[in-house]
Amino acid sequence: MRFFRRLIREKPLGAASGAVVLVLIVVSIFATQLAPYDINDVNAKNRLQGPSAEHLLGTDHVGRDFFTRVLLGARLSLFVGLSATAINVLVALLVGGVSGYLGGKLDLMMQRFVDAWMAFPGLLLLLTIMSIVGRGLPQVIIVLGVSGGIVGSRVVRGAVIGVKENVYFQAAEAIGTRTGSTLLRHVIPNIAPILVIIFSINIGGVIISEASLSFLGFGLPIEIPSWGGLLSREGRRYMEQAPHLALWPGLCLTVTVYSMNTFGDAVRDLLDPRLRGGAGTNYGGFRSRRRGAGAPVGR
Amino acid sequence: MRAYIIRRLLLIIPTLLILSALVFLSVRFIPGDVIDALESRMDYLAEPLDRAALERVLGLDKPVHVQYLLWLRGIFLQGTLGKSLLGKDTVEAKIWTRVGPTFQLGVMSLLIGLVIALPVGVYSAIRQDTAADYAGRTIAVLGLATPNFWLAIMVIIYPALWWNWAPPILMVRFLDDPWESLGVFLIPSIILGTAMSAGTMRFTRTMMLEVLRQDYVRTAWAKGLRERLVIVRHAIKNAMIPVVSAIGLALPLLVGGSVIIENIFNLPGMGQLMLVALSDRDYPIVSGVNLFFGCGVVLINLLIDLIYVYLDPRIRYQ
Repeated sequence: MRFFRRLIREKPLGAASGAVVLVLIVVSIFATQLAPYDINDVNAKNRLQGPSAEHLLGTDHVGRDFFTRVLLGARLSLFVGLSATAINVLVALLVGGVSGYLGGKLDLMMQRFVDAWMAFPGLLLLLTIMSIVGRGLPQVIIVLGVSGGIVGSRVVRGAVIGVKENVYFQAAEAIGTRTGSTLLRHVIPNIAPILVIIFSINIGGVIISEASLSFLGFGLPIEIPSWGGLLSREGRRYMEQAPHLALWPGLCLTVTVYSMNTFGDAVRDLLDPRLRGGAGTNYGGFRSRRRGAGAPVGR
Repeated sequence: MRAYIIRRLLLIIPTLLILSALVFLSVRFIPGDVIDALESRMDYLAEPLDRAALERVLGLDKPVHVQYLLWLRGIFLQGTLGKSLLGKDTVEAKIWTRVGPTFQLGVMSLLIGLVIALPVGVYSAIRQDTAADYAGRTIAVLGLATPNFWLAIMVIIYPALWWNWAPPILMVRFLDDPWESLGVFLIPSIILGTAMSAGTMRFTRTMMLEVLRQDYVRTAWAKGLRERLVIVRHAIKNAMIPVVSAIGLALPLLVGGSVIIENIFNLPGMGQLMLVALSDRDYPIVSGVNLFFGCGVVLINLLIDLIYVYLDPRIRYQ
């Protein structure tokens, strides 16, 4: 509660973005109830119409109500964003935690793998993996989740190593606390803010990645009207006759990702002022921009 | 310093090896191999293809790890990335014909991105919390949120509707007609460049703010230097060092973005090659392109770290 009061007082823009995110979530939960038409209501007489009173955002190439399709796109983007980002955090915690906590040779080897993974330009990696597992909702979520999680594990690993330097950790080791309870009592509570930050910073990028994949035809299947998919098919094929088909999905994407990022930045600033002005969307997730400084990983 | 450089170089070897394994093995799991793809394309065949014979010719009959080792041997001993499964070309020949447009797009985008990001980031920092700073930051966050493929489509649609103007779509190679070619690549590069500039701008601003709080900047103010001198000689010079590494971080973004931008603007670069190869299941090409970009990113980041050592004496004397 105190956190939210601080958020409103210190970061009004962040709080406003948080409100937009909340509205988006509510709208996506009730998308089917809010939609004025059925998603597959085909009406060939009304194809490619511009916005009107009956069809707020016009109709697509087979006369389906475009507002309905964009609305359901919101549900998809958010669902993919939230669930894939949750997987990001879990994978980052698991990989980064094991690597940082156990250290030694295992850490060195795991970090080389993470290096290789990060060297791979995000979108190429995602495209390659998606072509292996095939299009589909679960596939997109798992692929985006795991791949961003491996990237995010770098940050978790750093945080875990940081915790290990602390006296309370060494004291816990010295009195012979079992590994499980050390992790639960000392490590995880201390890196929890990092996990929240990874979540809030990654989600925008994850949504854009899904849209990019679907746009290129490697993400969600055609039956699912995701924003990226809408842009690539209807949006591109009929863009001269019906520019609204390309305008709205992208605008919605931008507003969604903008609010997610602004909200995420505000959360990060409040939780950890040291990380101010950090990462952005990077097709694949959180990347600490504080690298450089000559600190080679795996020391 | 020598120890640092040697360690940095040694760490690259396992990374590159893992990268190559990742690149090679991943595509071997693509369901439905190239022979299925061939068959579906040649539906006029009376009899099914001779699978075993084809596999032998394409080298797919050997176990995966043997294929991988053979591939590595090819790279190291013969300098070849293998042959495309469809058509007669070698992978490196295919890549070679496509490098130009991607490289040109990348370089132009990087330059445009930096030209936008650096001045805005610096200005935003020295006028922190003014209207200009807020405007700059808002635009940067908006830039991060706007999908570049949507921006590209908007640039194609709306000028055409409003002013009957469309960006040129006929690709012209730089070597054939440099001037024309710059024109063709300009719009795509601006879109990709602005996408990249958002992150770099924020990074520049953060670094500038950090430097402006340093003691030596206060000293410079205290001894009565003019603002221009303090900013240019003391602050910018030091803030630019970490920004060099931001360029390395922007690289994967540029590569990923180029796949999309090439697709929309019909530029025959490596991104296009990759998309076609993925749908054809032509894995040698997919592996080749991935390896090319992956190694490129690793080596450029290495170069940046080494430049860093040179630029920042604090690291050199550690």
